[in-house]
Amino acid sequence: MKTQINVCINGQERTDEVESRLLLIHYLREVVGLKGPHIGCETSICGACTVALNGKTVKSCALLAVQADGQDIVTVEGLATDGQLHPVQEAFWNEHGLQCGFCTPGMLMTTRELIERNPDPTDEEIRHGLEGNLCRCTGYQHIVNAVKSAAAKVGG
Amino acid sequence: METTVTKKTERLIGKPIRRREDPRLITGTATYVEDIELPGMHYAAVVRSPHPAADIKGIDTRAAEQHPGVVAVYTGKDIDHLGAVPCGISLPDLRIPHHHLLAQDRVYYVGHPVAVVVAGDRYIAADAVDLVEVEYEPTDSVSEPEEALEAGAPAVHAEWPDNVAFTHHQEGGDIEKAFAEADVIVKERIVSQRLAPSAMEPRGTVASWNSGDETLTVYSSTQIPHILRTLMAGVLGLPEHKLRVIAPEVGGGFGSKCELYPEEALTAFIAMKIGKPVKWVLTRRDEFLATIHGRGHIDYYELAAKKDGTMLGLRVKIIQDVGSFHMLLTPAMPTLSVLMLPGLYRFKNVHADVVGVFTHRMATDLYRGAGRPEATHGIERMVEVLAAELKMDPVELRIKNFVPPSDFPYDTPMGVSYDSGNYKAILEKAVETVGYSQLRQEQQEARRQGRLMGIGIATYGEICAFGPSPALPTGGWESATVKIEPSGQVTVMTGVSPHGQGSQTTFSQIAADELGVDIDDIVVTHGDTSTVQHGVGTFGSRNTAVGGTALVLAIRELKEKIETYGAMLLESDDVTYGAGVCTCNKTGKTVTLGEIAMTSWTGPTYPANTQPGLVATNYWEPPNFAFPFGAHIVVSEVDPDTGEVAISRYLAVDDCGKVINPLLVDGQVHGGVAQGLGQALYEQVVYDDTGQLVTGEYMDYALPKAAMVPTIETDRTETPSPVNPLGVKGVGEAGTIAASPAVVNSVVDALSHLGVRHIDMPLTPEKIWKLVQQGGSA
Amino acid sequence: MIPQEFNYSRPGTVQEAVDLLADHDAKVLAGGMSLIPLMKLRLSAPEHVVDLGRIPDLSRITENEGSLHLGALLTHHQVATSALVQEKCPLIAETAAHIGDAQVRNMGTLGGSAAHADPAADYPAALCALEAKVRLVRKDSERVVDIGDFFVDALTTAVEPEEIITELILPVEEAGTGVSYQKLRQPASGFAIVGVAARIRRDGGRIAMARVGVTGLAASAYRAAGVEALLEGSEGSQADVAGASAAVDEGIEAISDLHASSDYRRHVARVYTARAILAAL
Repeated sequence: MKTQINVCINGQERTDEVESRLLLIHYLREVVGLKGPHIGCETSICGACTVALNGKTVKSCALLAVQADGQDIVTVEGLATDGQLHPVQEAFWNEHGLQCGFCTPGMLMTTRELIERNPDPTDEEIRHGLEGNLCRCTGYQHIVNAVKSAAAKVGG
Repeated sequence: METTVTKKTERLIGKPIRRREDPRLITGTATYVEDIELPGMHYAAVVRSPHPAADIKGIDTRAAEQHPGVVAVYTGKDIDHLGAVPCGISLPDLRIPHHHLLAQDRVYYVGHPVAVVVAGDRYIAADAVDLVEVEYEPTDSVSEPEEALEAGAPAVHAEWPDNVAFTHHQEGGDIEKAFAEADVIVKERIVSQRLAPSAMEPRGTVASWNSGDETLTVYSSTQIPHILRTLMAGVLGLPEHKLRVIAPEVGGGFGSKCELYPEEALTAFIAMKIGKPVKWVLTRRDEFLATIHGRGHIDYYELAAKKDGTMLGLRVKIIQDVGSFHMLLTPAMPTLSVLMLPGLYRFKNVHADVVGVFTHRMATDLYRGAGRPEATHGIERMVEVLAAELKMDPVELRIKNFVPPSDFPYDTPMGVSYDSGNYKAILEKAVETVGYSQLRQEQQEARRQGRLMGIGIATYGEICAFGPSPALPTGGWESATVKIEPSGQVTVMTGVSPHGQGSQTTFSQIAADELGVDIDDIVVTHGDTSTVQHGVGTFGSRNTAVGGTALVLAIRELKEKIETYGAMLLESDDVTYGAGVCTCNKTGKTVTLGEIAMTSWTGPTYPANTQPGLVATNYWEPPNFAFPFGAHIVVSEVDPDTGEVAISRYLAVDDCGKVINPLLVDGQVHGGVAQGLGQALYEQVVYDDTGQLVTGEYMDYALPKAAMVPTIETDRTETPSPVNPLGVKGVGEAGTIAASPAVVNSVVDALSHLGVRHIDMPLTPEKIWKLVQQGGSA
Repeated sequence: MIPQEFNYSRPGTVQEAVDLLADHDAKVLAGGMSLIPLMKLRLSAPEHVVDLGRIPDLSRITENEGSLHLGALLTHHQVATSALVQEKCPLIAETAAHIGDAQVRNMGTLGGSAAHADPAADYPAALCALEAKVRLVRKDSERVVDIGDFFVDALTTAVEPEEIITELILPVEEAGTGVSYQKLRQPASGFAIVGVAARIRRDGGRIAMARVGVTGLAASAYRAAGVEALLEGSEGSQADVAGASAAVDEGIEAISDLHASSDYRRHVARVYTARAILAAL
């Protein structure tokens, strides 16, 4: 069964016919061609697929594309504007908040929301706030540093 | 001619340069295997065994083949002419079962590939997997290695009913004498449980066959593209020079991508069969089932000592859970453990017996540290057990037994030679930084209040910078090609295959300093067998020490050629190259690297006996491993009501030799610590009594999350390695090796006054609570 | 890890939704945090999915005669951060903040979690302690079910296939009532090995009302009536709390799995019951 969906992705409107079972992550990666969000698991634990749906982060592997009909989506590709990195991207770069980079698109999206909701987070709040994103490389220390640095930049 | 090369006087080695890899990774523009799109792409999906042991009575593929959109279904009989999944290790009595790409008449573990379906759409391929009907006749299975060794246990392979995959013996000194002279002998059974390496990017392969040229291009998430090419050409029967392997962006490996996996070769086989590009990517569930596991040791330790704490000798029996088949380096894992058994201590008598055991499980193989964490965990636990037995402070006991700085290079009883070190200094630094004596006082006070506070110390040494070629079936050298383009810009091709380590950055720092050019004028490439000369790959903390050295030596060779060209252009026989220019030492006249490079490629004339072009390749064979070391200290508190562990402090003091980029070194330590701590507290691959994998998703396999890892403080000492001109050692595995004993020692220390001497990992709250209960009532 | 094919409907009203359910053998999709992973693992393979995600009526928060009515489609994040919910029914807000992770809380819903009835989910403990009522609507009728009759077994509730949950009705807390939700997390999934929700009101020097809900210990969440009876009328001393908490697993068949044996779960339930009560006091 196919359904027509209209979505706005990273500021661009588009319309597609999709199978009802098509997962949002596959829609973004294979129909739209946005390879930033990744698939690291199938039980919505790892968070590599995290995107923003109407401004709220969600795990796009646990959503159907049809659920996003009429909605606004931002992926990691939409973070930078006019060639300027988002402060969260800049902070992860400066603080070495990534190694293999596979979890990074999801981490960045979650961090963006985390510091929007809590502009001056403690270490504990940051660690709690990142529970939906697994990283196997960094041990999280530099990620925590990056979130703090991004919060300081956005807040200050 | 305008050149883009700027004069550089600032040295970059030792500076925290932010990574050159990151712009693509933080903008979502990096290309991992699953991101590769080729026209006409098809998708493969694997049918896996639900049984740990069963005879295959029949496979009915008709329904799957008839499913709209399905292009082909392959089973064991279709690939029985292809080569086996290779094991690269030889030991005198090693038994290597033939490991087909797909099961033939029997399955040997849950997850064993039985068939593969191919469709033009990944959703259809997934549907078709469910349509392949396999008739199994389950047989008895054996999952635990010690049970597999018992008489009458089900034979994993009928031809070897004792389930022994190999044995290995190594000894040094006189163990009988050491034990006879001992005042005290402490014994412990120590388990290093199976772990899932769990790189965040699941394994995957894309293969594309050009029928006109009869060439095959394989993109694979691998740490060893060149080795994979050799192995895959052998398995497929394809001329090696017709096969190109590319490791694109690789999302972590931790050793698990140092293999030729059956699915990699199957993907290539299918692409050749159907003449279309084929993509295959593992799900996380399949990653848990069918990617190698790490560790899987049951070790029996006996440590002999004098009553003053002088350690005399160590006797160890290692039982290695092999799984049902060997993968590329499986049998080497416990032999690496053996080399590290004495740790940092100077006793000369060691006796080790290893038995590798077949079980109905996925194979074990390299996982971050690969054999060395097991050994370090063992000796660092045994030192604590001895300290408790002798009522000595564990810091004092360690210092008493350390190899002293004056003894380097130090030949161990296991036949390796520690290159350099100062073990006492690094432990003292850690002890001072953490405020050890103050902590011991706090611990006394905590105990008076009924609180369970522990201080855990672990020191470690590590064999890394793999390694001299006799130690590796793959060769242990590494290569680098440095090319100065006509514009003066620099291209480096390295044989290592980094996947998160940041070697594009560190190698750029090295090249910038050696050549005296701007880092922005350097590009470091890797991972493509068609463009990179040859290489061994990335594992065993070898990138910088071995690959970086090849780079330095290639540049040094190239600098001679640069000076030859400079001499020609400056019409002088006395020139020196540095900082991007060649200077005539007599006249002070200069010519830039760009001008020299352009001349070298475009002439019109070249110096006598000198070839055109500025390009040099070096293959560096290291004379020895390098041996980093360190001391980690963990402060923890156990909740006596529930057994939950809270870590209040984690200090890592490491010595990885000369540091190229401290930011990246810290990152490696942090990541390593989180993995070792994950083993200590949370992670375990569990097969149940029936051989089923019960930790088959992140819902049950507890990969540490941010809130489960403490703040990690780092510090270091810097003892250059004499093994290579950079003086570097390696840091990829250090944190992992130190963390598991440091954490466990801390928790055991918290419970030591209750009579607890050892706890096997992971330290689940339930396990600890039970010990508290028993201790309380004892 | 791809769902099997299914037909998809997205009704705009409750009536449209229940009409669809009356006519089709369908599965209801709310936030999808439980259903979609199950469909990907092919442990659930509905022929028809009815997506409630665009029914505005189901995301309302209203206060009415001492009760708080929470629409079934409210996300955990909405429940956790609503000023009205935090003020009127702080236990459900506190519990919502413990569920899953940020992304799951943005998508997962109150009604969806209740309907899924995972034995280790967080909400059910609070819903039991709150003596919640669940409004169930079908094509031609509706009914309100007490939470005690709602959770039947693991993954089984009183919801009939043709019904949807439209709202949960919770009491507005009286002044002086303290609440707390305490949980031992399963480290991998973040679900509760054991989670205990407590509501305690003192009157004078004694405990006038005690409600304790428990998740994770048994196949379904329950009210620990024994604990409540022992607490009510007591002074709420440490000894009173410890004594009462020991009754939390009375008559309960405790779950045993990879992450905790039944014995340990019982023990932890007692410890966490005491902690929740003390935190609520």
